[in-house]
Amino acid sequence: MPKLNVPEAKINSHGGAELIHIEALSLYYGASKALKNISLTLGEKVVTAFIGPSGCGKSTLLRCLNRMNDLIDNVRIEGGVKIGGHNIYSSDVDVIELRKRVGMVFQKSNPFPKSIYENVAYGLRLHGSQNKSELDGVVEQSLRSAALWDEVKDRLHSSALGLSGGQQQRLCIARAIAIKPEIILMDEPASALDPIATARIEELILELKKDFTIVIVTHNMQQAARISDYTAFFYIGELIEFDTTAKIFTNPAKKQTEDYVTGRFG
Amino acid sequence: MGIHRGHRARPVEWLAEKFIFLVSLSAIVMVFLIFLFVAREALPLFFGETNTALVQKPISTADMDKLTPAQLQKYLELTPAQFAAMDKDTLKSLMDVKQEAQDEIPEEFRNDPDAQINTTDWRYLLLPHQWSHYDKPEYIWQPVGEIQKYNIIPLLVGTLKVTLIGLFFAVPLAVGAAIYVSQMARPKIREVVKPAIELLSGIPSVVVGFFALLVMATVLQKLFGYQTRLNAFVAGIALGFAVIPVIFSIAEDALTSVPRAYTQAALALGASRWQTAWQIVLPAALPGVFAATVLGFGRAIGETMIVLMVCSASVMSWSIFDSARSITTTIAAEMAEAVSGGPHYRILFMLGALLFAATFVSNMIAGAVIQRFKLKLEGKR
Amino acid sequence: MSAQIRKHFRAEKFDFTSFFFTGLTGLATLFILAILAVILLNILVNGWHALSWHFVSTIPTKDFFDANTTGVLPMIVGTTIRVFVMTIFVLPVGVITAIYLTEYAPNNSLVTKFIRAAVNNLAGVPSIVFGLFGLGFFINFVGKNIDTILHNPSAVWGQPALIWASLTLAIMTMPVVIVATEESLKAIPPGLREASLALGATKLETILRVVLPQALPGIMTGGILAVSRAAGEVAPILFTGVAYYMASLPHHVTDQFMDLGYHVFVLSTQSPNIEQTRPILYATVLVLLMLTFALNIVAIVIRARVRKKLRALG
Repeated sequence: MPKLNVPEAKINSHGGAELIHIEALSLYYGASKALKNISLTLGEKVVTAFIGPSGCGKSTLLRCLNRMNDLIDNVRIEGGVKIGGHNIYSSDVDVIELRKRVGMVFQKSNPFPKSIYENVAYGLRLHGSQNKSELDGVVEQSLRSAALWDEVKDRLHSSALGLSGGQQQRLCIARAIAIKPEIILMDEPASALDPIATARIEELILELKKDFTIVIVTHNMQQAARISDYTAFFYIGELIEFDTTAKIFTNPAKKQTEDYVTGRFG
Repeated sequence: MGIHRGHRARPVEWLAEKFIFLVSLSAIVMVFLIFLFVAREALPLFFGETNTALVQKPISTADMDKLTPAQLQKYLELTPAQFAAMDKDTLKSLMDVKQEAQDEIPEEFRNDPDAQINTTDWRYLLLPHQWSHYDKPEYIWQPVGEIQKYNIIPLLVGTLKVTLIGLFFAVPLAVGAAIYVSQMARPKIREVVKPAIELLSGIPSVVVGFFALLVMATVLQKLFGYQTRLNAFVAGIALGFAVIPVIFSIAEDALTSVPRAYTQAALALGASRWQTAWQIVLPAALPGVFAATVLGFGRAIGETMIVLMVCSASVMSWSIFDSARSITTTIAAEMAEAVSGGPHYRILFMLGALLFAATFVSNMIAGAVIQRFKLKLEGKR
Repeated sequence: MSAQIRKHFRAEKFDFTSFFFTGLTGLATLFILAILAVILLNILVNGWHALSWHFVSTIPTKDFFDANTTGVLPMIVGTTIRVFVMTIFVLPVGVITAIYLTEYAPNNSLVTKFIRAAVNNLAGVPSIVFGLFGLGFFINFVGKNIDTILHNPSAVWGQPALIWASLTLAIMTMPVVIVATEESLKAIPPGLREASLALGATKLETILRVVLPQALPGIMTGGILAVSRAAGEVAPILFTGVAYYMASLPHHVTDQFMDLGYHVFVLSTQSPNIEQTRPILYATVLVLLMLTFALNIVAIVIRARVRKKLRALG
């Protein structure tokens, strides 16, 4: 599958290539402005976390990156998002292709009511592969990468709905990475899971970042501190501060950021 | 490269979406067509182009050329298409036939004033008339015979009688049961009773009519002791059976959709379940219950087989213990014998159009009421 | 108000009104159920002993009133065929319309409102008006024109026929299919659709691969309910194709057919000796009821099972 073009692999001051440029992005739900003029640059093959109190727009921004907000009536966008140099909001962009390159894992795990195998193979079948051995290979590889293979290898054709919550979420991750996207968006992937399952997901993310660019929305600051390389802090639709995770959590530049990460509000 | 293709890259999607849209329009098309084609058969009636007067001044074949083509077509009661397709000889023979028909009218009718009337005129359809051999003006529906009488008032009265009896029987029962099931019974009971009453609506109306004819008619006559065994009362009660599930199901839905918060507030203040239901829930759900009744009404006036099997005589009487003919049963019973294209045929279609208009209106009203009711509940949520 | 705290929680006086009305409404419920039970039992008891394998499998030759030789096979066949042909038409159109209304239609569009209003209205049209429509449109317009185009010397399509009765029934039962399909589509959690779209599926692919397979039991319920309703309807087929007596079973869509419900109707109202015909009547009604009821119960069971499964999905 042809890779996304990164023409001038600009190395930013933090050492990684730049991949996603969010440029003066504003989003309106009807008359109300949910995202206010966001400009942000995200790097390749790193984990970036979006943090902030409820309602600050972090999930909305995430969904702009794969144009899932298109599904909502009454949404209007100003500004743009460039991925690999192409503005994904320009009128000649095929949204279907975009979503093959930018995958998403949701807050509430949503496996299809099909078998484990069919869940992972879904994206592959969509894009034309019918060859059984090819499918088998990719399914196994994806399940291994999602740290789920050993638990399900003997029951690949049983229903996905029989798995536990944590297993279902890892299945959704396997399903997303099976089609080899460049970027994976995660919207509070562990918020519905118990601490043990959460820990496994976090380990997984640290492994995955070797091959994928990950953007994760989380309301759990400690989680952001544990697994992300860069963190962006949002408040009521505005980007307040963006920097390396270490800096945000130990020596933030803005007072608001400091108040939030030290728990004075939230 | 990769992501640079607009939606034109997926023509199959686009085509599929348009196709699905077009198929969905079929619902609108069908309603429109139903009204169009039922009214179409009745149109000549509305334009006053039917004339059932027995004795009409015939125009002799010799005078045929004195008429304009339009007048000739009207005299011969042909449609423009039929008229255009005929040649002069055919038209001549038709005129001869008409002349002969007039000559064949029996003597006793020639002098009968009734024979001169166009009985499909609106005056005779709606107002009472004193026919020959009758001693006072009457409303009569009697389409058989030399002089056909088409007054539709007996049919309207019959429809109303049966419908009102049915509603008086069904509404209290259905609404009472709806209140009980949704507000006062345990949830487990609701799970059993609701499908059971739905099952009642699964009994075909032929079967209900059959039951009414064979069992109920005798039983009710023994209970109430009236004279005519097969009358509007029996038909009305049987009609009620068919209508109960409709009213119950919608009223129950309306009562259940009242937010639980209201019920709990009342109960927490020490109200009994009945007091809560009667004073809080029912008033809140009233639009829905009203709509249920309106839909029940629509179902009742449209029901054919039950009344058809129980009653048959067309009697103009307000007494519920006399027989009655409704609009629907008249259409069902007489269409087979009506000459296609003739005045009887057209009047039956007109009755059908009337019925359609009535149920259409009652449906719109019920639909609008339910819509407002739902919005009100959502606004409060 | 007494200064002492009352030691017990018993009411001061008996709440007669509540008791009375609770009882009254409960009785209303019981009464309705009793009606159902009485009708069913009456038919079961009276019809059971007149029913036999012979009855169900014989084509009667002339005398419908002789309990020993008569049979209802052609009526069963007629009812079944017309309902089957109806299903071929009503399922695709109904399901597609429901898909449009749930998956594609913009919320506030005027057209959507019209379509919904049209569906609601179709549901309320009296069955005899459908019969008139079948006569006025299908037979007198479509059928007549087909005959004209094919240069048929005598009416082949422009007269009562199986195909016209089935089409009329299809229009009549469309709302049933649409409502059942919509209900099952709406019950599918939106998260599933989102997951599919996020993987790069188009809307159509999502509908075909994820949504429809999930909705299938609900669609089946709709189909079964439509079939059950149509099997019992007599008014719409009165002028559009049913016949009291046909020498042979229908074998072409332009043939007329016999019907269980119609047979009951004619026998009830026109039999010379009601006592003699009573057992035949009851048996015929029992056959009709078994047909429609069996279908109804199957539909209700499927629906209950699906609801339980979907609740587990959350």
